[in-house]
Amino acid sequence: MKVERKCRIVEKTQMGDAIYMVLEVGDMVRTSFTAPGQFVHIKCGDGLLLRRPISVCSCQECEPSDLLALVFEVRGEGTAWLARRPEGHTVDVLGLLGNGFSMDREGRYLLVGGGIGVPPMRGCAQYTGGRSTAILGFRSREKAILLDRFRDECAKVAVATDDGSLGYHGLVDALVRQELERDRAYDTVLACGPKPMLKSVAKVAAQFGVPCQVSMEERMGCGVGACLVCATPMKDGTVKHVCKDGPVFDAEEVDWDA
Amino acid sequence: MLDLSVSLAGVTLKNPVVVASGTFGFGREYSQFYDLGELGGVCAKGLTLHPRTGNPAPRIAETPMGILNSVGLENPGVDAFISQELPFLRQFDTKIIANISGNTPEEYGVMCEKLSAAGVDMIEVNISCPNVKAGGLAYGTRPELAAEVTEMAKKHAGSVPVMVKLSPNVTDITEIAKAVEGAGADALSLINTIRGMRIDVNTRRPILKMNTGGLSGPAVLPVAVRMVWEVSQVVDLPILGMGGVSKGEDGAQLMLAGASAVAVGTALFADPFAPLKVRDELADIAGRQGLSAVRELTGGVRPW
Repeated sequence: MKVERKCRIVEKTQMGDAIYMVLEVGDMVRTSFTAPGQFVHIKCGDGLLLRRPISVCSCQECEPSDLLALVFEVRGEGTAWLARRPEGHTVDVLGLLGNGFSMDREGRYLLVGGGIGVPPMRGCAQYTGGRSTAILGFRSREKAILLDRFRDECAKVAVATDDGSLGYHGLVDALVRQELERDRAYDTVLACGPKPMLKSVAKVAAQFGVPCQVSMEERMGCGVGACLVCATPMKDGTVKHVCKDGPVFDAEEVDWDA
Repeated sequence: MLDLSVSLAGVTLKNPVVVASGTFGFGREYSQFYDLGELGGVCAKGLTLHPRTGNPAPRIAETPMGILNSVGLENPGVDAFISQELPFLRQFDTKIIANISGNTPEEYGVMCEKLSAAGVDMIEVNISCPNVKAGGLAYGTRPELAAEVTEMAKKHAGSVPVMVKLSPNVTDITEIAKAVEGAGADALSLINTIRGMRIDVNTRRPILKMNTGGLSGPAVLPVAVRMVWEVSQVVDLPILGMGGVSKGEDGAQLMLAGASAVAVGTALFADPFAPLKVRDELADIAGRQGLSAVRELTGGVRPW
């Protein structure tokens, strides 16, 4: 049985433009973790009817309560409400939801994150115990987050910024190309970020013959697959739903031109 | 001991709370939260004769105390429902209400025949979907077309009761209700969503890719209460009331206005357990008022 649970905020810190928040989630991780890349659906106050889906950055099975770290940006009323919750308060959480990245603990992956798509890749980095490589893209140096943690948890980390203020001046897909030219023995490219980024990363991966999985976003309703609003078109003409079938999809099944 | 059971067109529901079509899929997802046998009934996701992929996303927008949706009847088709989904729903001790939409009266007939043979408990005939171009809303806004669809459904539904779902997007809902009653409907459900629109002022784009969609949630409750009240005064049919129900008091209002049972929909998205809470709170209200059966609420409003 799935549950809806009141979870206590045990840590909240500003991280660049984003909020880093740690929740005590009872046995949620023990009972519903399947893979990195899942999300939680959080009720953001009484005035808003829709929960807000937020990707899990990292999670940990603990006694007496599992811990879940989230990183989110204030995008609207709901996330603004959540950002104002002080430590010690509780929030109503549904989770863990969705299908994460299909990966092995023994595998070696090329992790690609863009902007607020960076935090979910951290769970992948931890899962593979330092074997993976991360390529992280941000608008600028000020927007860069979690770099130290990725450096601790990956074999290698490369950074790109849109304005060149940190690392490579340009987009992550150029760094993905450079990395795959050097070494195409990665099991899979795993990516999370804006759709145009995912599309170009998927294209590069395909050119090098490396499988690619992407984490997609869409406006959601129920978060569990019942209301069908978060439809995303597939190459075969069908639609799948980000909350239940995803959020992670094989890049090859996604209709990138829709 | 308070009696929670109600009758809707001869079908006995163990309690007056069902879940609204389109908000509950075919039950699989929410069955991971609780036993669907806790519910009076399940109105399954709207079906069409052939599978539909629905409208492009975004299909949802949040509004003050409401949401707009433009799913567009995405569904696997009536045959897949019967072979893949109905057996699953049948495991639970609850009433199964199939919901259908057609492009022509004949399509409604074909679907009713299939569903009747498959053995659903009731058929909800959707003549009011605001999100599809053909059929849909047109049948729900013209009395003679509503009657034609109802007759066709009744002709092919055998002994399965036919409940017609009315659109609020009309000048006078009682005209449609009377036409549908005249055509032989066994029950009415109302209201479907109210057409609405939300615009992002920065991009100047509507949030919904279809530009407009159907409004649901607490914002529409007073409209639903008013329409149930109006309709209940002009027809003798039992009514399944819906529109913005998220707590027991909301359900009680609809029942007092004339509904025999109520459906919970949008409230599920904030709280998967909302239907069970509505049921328990309804029971509390009936109990506090000294009733012996919750059905005694139906039509009990004391208008000025």
